[in-house]
Amino acid sequence: MQGMTRRSALLTIASLTVALAAAQPARAQAIKVGELNSYKTFPAFLEPYKKGWELALEEINRSGGIGGRKLEVVSREDGGNPGDAVRAAEELLSRENVSLLMGTFASHIGLAVSNLAAQRKVVFVAAEPLTDKIVWENGNRYTFRIRPSTYTQVAMLVPDAAKLKKQRWAIVYPNYEYGQSATASFKKLLGKAQPGVQFVGEQAPALGKIDAGAVVQALADLKPDAIFSSLFGADLQKFVREGNLRGLFKDRPVFNLLAGEPEYLDPLKDETPDGWYVTGYPWNEIKTPAHQKFLAAYRAKWKDYPRLGSIVGYSTLYTVANALKRAGGADTEKVIAAMKGMEMETPIGPIVWRPIDNQSTMGAYVGRLAKKDGKGVMVNWRYADGALFLPSFEEVKAMRKE
Amino acid sequence: MTYSSILIQFLNGLASASSLFLVAAGLSLIFGVTRIVNFAHGSLYMLGMYVAVWLGERIGFWWSVPIAALAVGAFGALVESALLRRLYAAPELLQLLATFALVLVVKDFALWAWGPEDILGPRAPGFTGAVTIAGLQFPEYDLFLIGFGPLVLGALWLLLTRTRWGTLVRAATQDREMASALGVNQKWLFTGVFALGAFLAGLGGALQIPREPATLLIDLSVVSDAFVVVVVGGLGSIGGAFVAAFLIAEIKAFCIGLGLSQFTLVVEFVVMAVVLVIRPWGLFGRMPALARGAGAVEPPLVAPSPAALKALAALLAALALVPVVSGGYTLVLLTDILVFALFAVSLHFIMGPAGLHSFGHAAYFGLGAYGAGLLLLRAGAPMELALLLGPLAGGLGALVFGWFCVRLSGVYLAMLTLAFAQIAWSVVFQWDAFTGGSNGLVGIWPASWLASKAAYYYITLLTCAGGIALLWRMLYAPFGYALRAARDSPLRADAIGLDVRALQWAAFTLAGLAAGMAGALYAFSKGSISPESLSVPRSVDGLVMVLLGGIQTLTGPLWGAALFTWMQDAVARGIDYWRAVIGAVILVLVLAFPQGLTGFLRQRFAP
Repeated sequence: MQGMTRRSALLTIASLTVALAAAQPARAQAIKVGELNSYKTFPAFLEPYKKGWELALEEINRSGGIGGRKLEVVSREDGGNPGDAVRAAEELLSRENVSLLMGTFASHIGLAVSNLAAQRKVVFVAAEPLTDKIVWENGNRYTFRIRPSTYTQVAMLVPDAAKLKKQRWAIVYPNYEYGQSATASFKKLLGKAQPGVQFVGEQAPALGKIDAGAVVQALADLKPDAIFSSLFGADLQKFVREGNLRGLFKDRPVFNLLAGEPEYLDPLKDETPDGWYVTGYPWNEIKTPAHQKFLAAYRAKWKDYPRLGSIVGYSTLYTVANALKRAGGADTEKVIAAMKGMEMETPIGPIVWRPIDNQSTMGAYVGRLAKKDGKGVMVNWRYADGALFLPSFEEVKAMRKE
Repeated sequence: MTYSSILIQFLNGLASASSLFLVAAGLSLIFGVTRIVNFAHGSLYMLGMYVAVWLGERIGFWWSVPIAALAVGAFGALVESALLRRLYAAPELLQLLATFALVLVVKDFALWAWGPEDILGPRAPGFTGAVTIAGLQFPEYDLFLIGFGPLVLGALWLLLTRTRWGTLVRAATQDREMASALGVNQKWLFTGVFALGAFLAGLGGALQIPREPATLLIDLSVVSDAFVVVVVGGLGSIGGAFVAAFLIAEIKAFCIGLGLSQFTLVVEFVVMAVVLVIRPWGLFGRMPALARGAGAVEPPLVAPSPAALKALAALLAALALVPVVSGGYTLVLLTDILVFALFAVSLHFIMGPAGLHSFGHAAYFGLGAYGAGLLLLRAGAPMELALLLGPLAGGLGALVFGWFCVRLSGVYLAMLTLAFAQIAWSVVFQWDAFTGGSNGLVGIWPASWLASKAAYYYITLLTCAGGIALLWRMLYAPFGYALRAARDSPLRADAIGLDVRALQWAAFTLAGLAAGMAGALYAFSKGSISPESLSVPRSVDGLVMVLLGGIQTLTGPLWGAALFTWMQDAVARGIDYWRAVIGAVILVLVLAFPQGLTGFLRQRFAP
């Protein structure tokens, strides 16, 4: 130590103390949650989603965290493909030592991460994937999913569809699992609700590559009485514009999954088709206290209005926080036990985590589209509680292969 | 279909054909003169869309179109003069790497500048409604497009045949060294052509605004369509591009009209494969003149020195020791790097020494992965057997596709490999009952004795190092020398009794088998497999790895794979605009080391 001056020795000791002081509480207290999503592939949905969970994180920690321990979210880009997503999840688990995982958007990525969660025996709360399989055919005890799946959202639209008593239905869907399963569920459920209904034809354009003019003409050729669609994003916008121009929607009711979500509705602006039956999120009309509170906090923090993604991100992190609180820590088995049957509030209503399939009873807003001041809005909407539309105990039992 | 709906579908096809032609014409011009495979052409189109929709809100749609096109043209001129011009002497395809980096940068720029939401522009003023044709509604704007495409074709034809500049462009397309020798200023010609191509891409994008929203996902989908059109029409042939655009757009429209919409997933690639198998240079293309640039002659691949071999052995030993000192994520990342190293080396095996440029190598990677996954899940084979036999699917795929591919050369060959990869992808994507469709297969885990990270790392290290060593060894066996002879001078190779096609076919199959091995290892390391493992982006990743490391070197792909995988992992974690950062890093590397990393080191430290 001869070469060391007094000053540098003091500095070293001081900086060590500071470092220790900074590291100590974080290491002893924070509970780490790993979050991963395709932020660059689906930014329109996921930027609001991220803002949602960031708001929740701030609120949770301001009100004391998890039993006095700070909650920390380590967020990762999953690269938009399952391979990279699994690697990101491995990194979160083994390098960041997170206690559980949450997130993902696309179905195949959600399934891949859910599969990893079962292998590594950690809890995974899937945020956005809508695939039915993640809680049913491919369900496992470590995976929980918050949003109502494709099947459930279709089931919410079917009563209105059956009421119309239309004979000939044409269907258009993006050609991948989400669209395929929406179509299959719709045919099954409407066929049950309205015996004798005819499905006169289908169009399945590749995701993001719809040739809208040709598809609209082909649908018109089928002379349907009504149309069921599960298009979204750019495909939906192209379809709506061509359909409006070519008079496809004249005197024909159209049902479109997800089209009322601000992410997909707002870009339509004055092209918004009148009277479509949709599921979505009429953020500026929901007057429940829970939602008012969320809305005010969100707008104060982000100077922007929430999208559905914001609700999903916000509620997913609250799910995680509530489960950790109930479990009294991050032990996987305790968290699983805590989540079974857990009841909680979300901005859009109370939900229950079903013990049978780890699916929450979060619902969706069902309503019709209209134009107001050159913008699309949802009118005559109601909140459809997921609990009323999820498959029954026996049906789930038959599907889950655990 | 009634007669009137047949007519409408025909018109729909014409309108789409016009849009397709605008992008494809620019791409074709650029390739014809500069030999650049411009991956960023779709990004230029996307820029045209965003600029037009943004300007349109301020100055009206019709003013925004020419201004957006000019702005994109100017951007093209800038890209050519500041970036690509520095790379003409570099090995072939390096410009492709540069334009790929541009794709990443432009995409993040658009996200930053215009936000994540799709922007649907207003209808075109004056063409807001529809007209009634044969009792059916048809948009007025589509009629405008139908007329506009041929107008552009005519204008280009006049420009190319009736002006001095056009004559020079045609001369350079036919033989650019000769044109240069006759005193044509290549620099200005290349910049001009690139700017014109970019202008056409921007124009094509801007004119789509009344039909579709500006979205961040449009770039790659447009560029792949444009490539198909250009190749089907024949590279460098503007008229060919027009005919091909018409053909493909009509086939698509009638697929939809006849209720075969699922088929649109792949129809253009099927058309391209059929055309290339029957006419190896496209419908109106000619056999390309051999390039005689500085980059064309590849130096012989010297055998690694004893010192280099020792260094590689030391590296292997070091890698074998990693699990002793470090566990967890380091092993996960290294497993990925090893898998991609084998993948990149197998691609380099055919791209470098065999001279067969493949844009669809992921097909064999994915087939190997699916082979292993399907054996495990559908046939109930034990994991070890699935890992061993799965790669055969990759080899088998390469055996079948390779037979067609080795009959072609250059970019046509590359595009045929791409077409086959897309066809394989679409089968996997669509065959829900067997391959799990778009979700893929889950639950593909290693057997219990390989389940720990360290054990799986060792089996990966063993397999990948063995595979790479075997591939490298083959390059210095008579087979490897014969391959290089066949690449450098097919005629002379043939004259001394080498069966060029059989050699290349064997190499292609071997590379497919090795890629399949990488794919099978990948599947078991992730526990699941999805169609993305066969998709174009995965193929492009492979290309980037090989080019980044240096295509003319032996160990380059190794370093390229390591650097690219590590970069994706490290940069994506901490930085919001990570794509732009990766793009920028690639651009810097390309400009600083046009021979690739290894090539640079070798030049620098050569004895």
